[in-house]
Order: sequence, then structure tokens, then C-alpha cells
Amino acid sequence: MKTPRFLLPVATAGVLALTLTACGGGGGGTTGGGGGGGDAEANIDSRGPITYVQGKDNSNVVRPLIEKWNAAHPDEKVTFKEQTDQADQQHDDLVQNFQAKNADYDVASVDVVWTAEFAAKGWLQPLKDKMAVDTAGMLEPTVEAGSYKGTLYAAPVSSDGGILYYRKDLVPEAPKTWDEMMEMCSIAKANKIGCYAGQFKQYEGLTVNASEAINSAGGSVLNDEGKPNLNTAEAEEGLNNLVEAFKNGNIPAEAITYQEEESRRAFQDGKLLFLRNWPYVYNLATTEGSSKVKDVLGMAALPGKAGPGASSLGGHSAAISVYSDHKATALDFVKFLVEEEQQKFFATQGSLAPVFGALYDDKELVAKLPYLPVLKTSIENAVPRPVTPFYPAVTQAIQENAYAALKGEKPAKDALSDMQKSIETAGAGS
Amino acid sequence: MATELGPTPVKGPASGTTPVHHGPKGVGEDNKILSQGKWASWLLAPTIIALGIVIVYPIISAMIMSFQKDAGLDPVTGLFTEGGPAGIQNYVNWLGQQCAAQGGGTVACPPGTLGGQFWTATGTTFLFTVITVAFETVLGFWMAMIMARTFKGRGLVRAAVLVPWAIPTAVTAQLWLFMFDFNGIINKLFNVSILWTGSEWPAKWAVIIADTWKTTPFMALLILAGLQMIPAEVYEAAKVDGATAWQRFRMITLPLVKPALMVAILFRTLDALRMFDLPYILTGGANNTTTLSILVINQIRQGFNSAAALSTITFIIIFLVAFIFVRFLGANVVEQSGATGKGKK
Amino acid sequence: MTTTTASTALRAQQDKGRKAAQNREKWASVRTYVSAAVILIWCLAPAYWMVVTAFREVGFTYDTTPWPTHVTMDNFITAFDTSFGNRFGQALLNSIFIGVTVTVISLVIGVFAAYALARLNFRFKYLVLGFILGASMFPGVALITPLFQLFTNIGWMGTYQALIIPNISFVLPLTVYTLTSFFREMPWELEESARVDGCTQGQAFRKVIMPLAAPAIFTTAILAFISSWNEFLIASQLSNEATKPVTVAIASFAGAQPNQIPYTAIMAAGTIVTIPLVILVLVFQRKIVAGLTAGAVK
Repeated sequence: MKTPRFLLPVATAGVLALTLTACGGGGGGTTGGGGGGGDAEANIDSRGPITYVQGKDNSNVVRPLIEKWNAAHPDEKVTFKEQTDQADQQHDDLVQNFQAKNADYDVASVDVVWTAEFAAKGWLQPLKDKMAVDTAGMLEPTVEAGSYKGTLYAAPVSSDGGILYYRKDLVPEAPKTWDEMMEMCSIAKANKIGCYAGQFKQYEGLTVNASEAINSAGGSVLNDEGKPNLNTAEAEEGLNNLVEAFKNGNIPAEAITYQEEESRRAFQDGKLLFLRNWPYVYNLATTEGSSKVKDVLGMAALPGKAGPGASSLGGHSAAISVYSDHKATALDFVKFLVEEEQQKFFATQGSLAPVFGALYDDKELVAKLPYLPVLKTSIENAVPRPVTPFYPAVTQAIQENAYAALKGEKPAKDALSDMQKSIETAGAGS
Repeated sequence: MATELGPTPVKGPASGTTPVHHGPKGVGEDNKILSQGKWASWLLAPTIIALGIVIVYPIISAMIMSFQKDAGLDPVTGLFTEGGPAGIQNYVNWLGQQCAAQGGGTVACPPGTLGGQFWTATGTTFLFTVITVAFETVLGFWMAMIMARTFKGRGLVRAAVLVPWAIPTAVTAQLWLFMFDFNGIINKLFNVSILWTGSEWPAKWAVIIADTWKTTPFMALLILAGLQMIPAEVYEAAKVDGATAWQRFRMITLPLVKPALMVAILFRTLDALRMFDLPYILTGGANNTTTLSILVINQIRQGFNSAAALSTITFIIIFLVAFIFVRFLGANVVEQSGATGKGKK
Repeated sequence: MTTTTASTALRAQQDKGRKAAQNREKWASVRTYVSAAVILIWCLAPAYWMVVTAFREVGFTYDTTPWPTHVTMDNFITAFDTSFGNRFGQALLNSIFIGVTVTVISLVIGVFAAYALARLNFRFKYLVLGFILGASMFPGVALITPLFQLFTNIGWMGTYQALIIPNISFVLPLTVYTLTSFFREMPWELEESARVDGCTQGQAFRKVIMPLAAPAIFTTAILAFISSWNEFLIASQLSNEATKPVTVAIASFAGAQPNQIPYTAIMAAGTIVTIPLVILVLVFQRKIVAGLTAGAVK
């Protein structure tokens, strides 16, 4: 008798916990987050207020655009839901809301590397038939990055590509190929500075740089079926270019710790002849007080095997959730975002690279963003980072193995074959 | 959970200082205990229920998840499909470092998969734990012995020691990341050019140094409290007997501080086994600095159920370490907190 | 005679001994001061560097002059400037709100448990104590996966309650543990006398014990608040832009340009986050040390 009485509240706690667990059992069921997704046919003609979800609006471009839209569509107003600045957190936030079949996430801005995952989960409205978005005039790689299994799931809104920055005072003409660039390293040596650097720390930036090296040499990470394709001579040559450059000092040893910022700083301090980085460097390198390359900054397309190299593609696309209640409005809003006028605003106000090829030759824009012609070449030749629903596993495989190769811990060939095997296991997950 | 924590002599609480059983004579002790028990159960209920919800529920839920397969891709539609029950496959995969193979079955996880990192991460976690706790104990002991002396400015030192402890770990990590930069103050100050985050051992040392800095104060204060409970007369007597400083340390200080020290070491060890913020921000887990906690977080993005299995394994490992500590090394946490005023009078 | 000589000789010897002892003491105290200085430098140098960097112009982030140069307040302005989207002010409020809520809940619940554990005699006491201690050792990562899933399913992701509830899981055991140790030290005889005067146990607790326990509760509150304030792992996974606390905000500080890591502003933010804690710690130093060590030693 005594014991049960004492235990009563405790037992209550236990029962409560178990009850909760029972509820959680249901949660366990949806854990995979897989299974079909929503109905792509539902609500296609429905109109009404919607929400647009995007990462932090750092340069205040989205708000004015939404105001503009709302003024013109008082019955189909768009609310802006701003996420964090961190790509990982944006990704998780989208996953959670899609998984919860949240109808409030009508239109979402998705990073090019998430499209395949979200599409495979069945969360994105295929942009075809009645829901088609016209992609004529858009740069081909940006459209490719928004597609999964041949269907467009996300309309390209902004793009991004790598640029080769160089010292105009030391290099008369930018190198066109990797070999040319390596030959010019003697100039760096004569001037006692480092020759080339990109981003080689073990993080997403290394996936970008390693893929660029592989693609530029004519290889590819995944083949057209989405299967890994790394045991090739081209891939080996590409990765070996970086490995060799590290070995012979053309890439300074400290570059193994570089992210975008460290490499930019080294270049700005006059410690590098060539730098692979994103367009944002232009602004800082030409305006920052401490910059030593203000007047001698040259820009060119990334060097490849015989001509321009293959940049990795960055940027964002706009996708419509299958759970949206007002897909007709959502579609109109997506179309609005990719219109030329808005693209121009993105470029001038937010320094975001447009997706229409024609805009790169626009005089007004080029005057403001002198890197546009170079960037156009870069994006035209760009290869999207591996389009796969298992992107987190694929990027892990590339980073870890490329990093080991760059540090000289294993030959490029072995690193690539390990990459191949790792990516295979990711895809094989049942 | 930790009910087996040590040999716990069932004795009245605080019986030394404040006799509890002042009940009127004639009332049976059993009844007294019963009524107190009833009282106690209601007082404890909110805590037990709260902990049940925030801890017991997640444990059970994680275990249920860990027996499910992660979603897989339908090769025809290209869409994800539900994984279904997995049995203990997730656990087998982690422990054996097995990854799914094409066409079914499993293969040894190749480098570049999270599955292939399990034992390295376990090793790294234990390496960090052993080294940091050892450093913290030795340094902490030394600091405590200094702080136990009387000198001008002792208050200042004691306050300063709390500063690293008060800075949030996330800030600490950013701070050390900045100082360990190739162009940072540490390389400059010691006139070296080490790529701290660029290769295995420098990266590990960076984590160890930062963690030691951050947590030694905690250790020092716990030891200091232990030191201060040793009556000065004991030392005087030893001195009179001609004991050297080393003998005094070994024969008096160490044994008397040991109970407090063991508990401090236990707490720090369990803390170190859970290490996350510091390596996560400082090195991102590169160069074999991935701890078990970081591995779990990385796995969450690649599959919840497998992550749940790994977090359960982590929990079991930590539980086992705690158990071993209490059982075999005599870190008697319950006893320590249960016995009042021990050695005080 | 003999006695006098003997005593003189003895005194001389004692003098000599005293001198040697004094010398030894002098050296010992020199050693103590040197050691104390080493401790001070080891503990404060990194914090010093944080503050120096916080006051440095952003263009000179990597300046390694050991004293303040290129002094500016800009970084503090940058830290609070919302135009890059670093809602640091909001994050500060979030941290305070979460910290206070967690602390209050833990104290309200924990004080009863601690009272029972310190004062009452009952079966399974050590089982309960063991359970609570075990809870405090529970690894945060083991909570993350299921909570992530649960909060996603019930739509709590990124809400304040999603951050507060997991925090309770480690703050509550700490609270109970610390309070129990404090309560054991209290003069409970007063409660007995109050009861003799006709108070019920509840009244005695409220009128006599609570006022006496106030300092202990206050110290525990500080410890609870600090541990919630410093939490990162759970918040980094379960918070969103609007609810994230300072630790997460600082870890994801953004600069004017994408990819830019504004170290000077991060250090400024770090300084802001740390200063209130350091003041709290300095003011309540003795109490906090007592609280930290309460459980482990007594």
C-alpha cells in the first residue's frame, strides 16, 4: 500500500511520458518525410494571398519588389517571410515546413543545390503544362540547376559564378587555360608572392573548387543519370591540377585554410597573383581602404583545359510548394520575379547576377557592375553542382576526399575512387 | 536513469546536523516516513514530470526512430519513399561502419561518408576527453593551490578565473578561431607560422587549448572548495613531523581532496564527451576533429532515423562512462551530495 | 646561569630559524605572486584580445599590435545595425527572455524537489537523486533528433517554447542539485520552532524558510540563467531568425557582403554578451563559487 501511494505522482509522470511517446510514434512514421508529397493538381487555379519565403534580405531588394507587386495586386497580396542568413538553417526551415505540409510556404527561394532533394521529396510543384514558366533567354546552366529528371521545378531568379581575379600590373593578359596560368606562376615567384588560390578548407567551398577543377578538365562528378562518374582520366587530371599546384607551391600552403574571406584578404594584401572567387570581391577590393590592388584589379573567366573553365554555379530559384492553396497567384508571382525589369533591379540594387543572357550586355548594368561580361562567360560555361537528392552526402564525399588529396594524404586517383564509392552508397540507401 | 550510481547507503538525510524525526513519541516511524513520503512525492512530482517530458520522452522517441529505415529513392519516379522498419540495422551499420551498397546489402563505408567516421569520431571524442580533463585537473589543481594561499589580490585572481567560464562557449570558439588564424595573434606572438586549422594535430591542439582555457576555472574552483575544507592544523602537524611539501601534498592534500576531485573529474568528463560548440565552430569537424556530437548533427541532414540510432549510441557510451566512474573509480556523486558537512566539523 | 646561557643560545637559534623562515616565506610569497600573475594572464589575455579587437577598425582586423590601435566604436554600431540582417538586439532580448523563463520555471519547480530532497525522509530518495543527477549528464545531441522531429510535427519549430523546454532539461537538474546542497546547510531548527508555535509545515516553509533561503535561491538563479544564456547546440538547431539567442546570432554573424566574416563586429558582440555576465560574476563572486562547488564538495 505504502509504495504505490508514494509512487502515484511518479507513475502519473511515467504514464504521461508514455502517452506522449505514443503520440510521437506517429511522428516516427512520418520521419522519412518521403512518400509522394502533396497533390500537384490541387489548387492550380486558385488565387489569393500568398507568402514568399527567402533567406535574409541583406541588400533590401525583396521588400521593394513585394511592395510593388502588392500595389498592383491588392487581392493577391504577398507576405514576406525572412529566414536566417545561414544556408543550412534556411534549408532546415524549408524541410520542416514542407514536411509539416505547411500551406503558408507558397513560394520559396531555394538554393540551386537543394532543388533536386525537394523535388524528389515531392514538395515542389512541377513547373510544366498549366504551371509552366517561360525559360527562353535564360542562361542554360541556370535552367538546368532548377530541373530534376528533365522537369523544371524551380524558376531561376538569380545566378552566380566564379571569376578569376588577377593583377593587371604583373600579368599583361589573363591566362585562358590552367597550364598558361601555371606558367605565369614564375612571375609570382619573381615578385615573391603566392601564385594562385581558391577556397580549399574542408567545407562547401571546397566542393565548389574541386568540382570546378574536375569539370574544367572535362570530367564530371555525376553523369546524366545522376550516377557518380569519377573514375575517369579527366576527373583525375582536374583534381591533380590542384594537388600538383599545392605540391610545387603554386598554391601557397596556407590556402588549405582558406574560405572566401581569407583568400580575398590574401589577394587584397597583394600576396597573390591569381584568385578564384565570387563577384562580391570586386566591390571590396576596389573600395576598401586597406586594399593594395585597387587600381590593378583584373578579371577574367576561370581558366580551363583549352578555353574557359567550367565554373560551379551558385544562385537561387523560386519554387512553388505543392501544398500551396493559391497556386495561380504563386505562379504569377514567380513569373513576376523573373521578369527582366525585376532582374535589373536585383542586379543594380543587390548585385545579384541576372539569369537572362541579354542583361549582361546592358550598358547601364555593365557600368555599375563591370564584372558582368566576365561573369557571363563564367555562367555560360558553368556546370551546376551535382544535381542530386542526396546533396548533403555527395558534398561530404567530395569535401573529405578532395581535402585528403590536397593535403597529399592520398593520390588524386584514390581520392576520386573513394568519392565514387561514397556517392554510390549515398544513392544506394534504401 | 543513473539509479545504480554507486553503492548508496540508505541513511537519513542531514541526520548529522538536524534530526528530522522530531515527531511526537508513540507515532510509528513507518507512519512518519509514510507521511513524509507522501509529502515528498507531491513535492517531487513537478520535477519528475518535467524531466520525464523533456528527457524520457525524447529518449524513447529516439529509440523508436532508430529502428526505422531512412527514406530511400524510388529509382523509377525519382521520388523518396518511406523506409519502413529496420530492426537493429542502423546500429549494426554504425558499429560496423557499414554503408548501403548498390543493389542491396552493405559494404564497408568508404572514406567520405559519415558512416565511415564512427570509430574515428569515437576515438577523437575520447582523446579530447582524456587530454582536456587531464590538463584541466593538473592546471586546476595548481591554480587552486595558489588561490588557497593568502596574498594581496587573491580576490582579483578568483574573480579573473571566472571570466573564461562566463564567456559563452560559442563566443569562446569564435574568439579562438580568430586568434588561431594564420595571420592571427597566436602565430604572431610566438613567432611561428602554423596552419592551426589546416592539419590534424594542430587542429586537435587548437580545440584542446581552447577547451582547457574555457573549463579549467570550473575545475580549479571545485578543487579550491575541497582544499579549503582541510583544517590548517593538519598541515601544521605534518610540518612538525617533518613532512616535506611533496609528502604533505601526497599524504594529506590529495587524499582529502579526492572525493571532491573525483566528482569534479566525473562532471568534466561527461561534459567533454558531449563536446560540440567548440570544434563545430573552430574547425567545422575537419582534420579528424569531428566528435560524436558533431557526427550526430551532420547525420540529421542525411537521415533522421540513422541519426537517432547514433544519438542513442552516444547516450549509451556516456552512460557507460558515468557508470564505470561511479562503480570502479569511486566518484560517488549521490553520496557526495547526500552527506552533509562531511569533514567540516 | 646555565639556564640563561642555554636560553640565550636557544633564542639566537630561534632568531636564526625565524629569519630563515622569513626568508622562505618571502620567497614563497614571491612565487605566489608570480604564479598568480601567470593565472591572471592565462585567464584574461584571450578576453583582453576580444575587447581590443572589438574596438579596432574593420580594415585593421588582423592588426597584431598588442595594445589598442585604430580605435573605433563602429563595431558596436555594426553589431546592432540591422541593415545586414544581424538582429543582434533582438537576439539579446531573446536570450534574456529564454533565460529568465527557463530560470523561473526551473526554480519554481525545483525548489519543491530540493526541499523534499534536503528535508524529508522517504523511500527511493537516492533513486530520485540519481535520476536527477543522471538527467544533468544527459547529452544534448540525444535530445536533438527526436525533438527536431516532434517540434516539426506539431509546428513548434523555431518557437520560444521549442527553445525553452529543452533548456529546462539541463537547467532543472542543475537547479535541484544546487538548491538541495544549499538547503542542507540551512538552520532548519527555526522551522521546527515555527511549527511548535503553531504554524503548519507549509506556513513554516513560507514564512520562515523562504526568506532565509532567498540568497541561495538567488545564487541558483544566476547559475541557471548563465547556463541557459550559454546554450548553443539546441538553439542552433531549433531556433529561427526571429527567436535565435545571442550565441547562435554571434556564430552566424553576417557582414556587409556575402561570405564576409566581420570578426571585429563579432568580437564587439561577444564583448557585449560577456560584460553583463562578468559583472554579475564579479559582484556575486563568492556566492557563485559557493553555488558551483555546493553540490560537488559538501
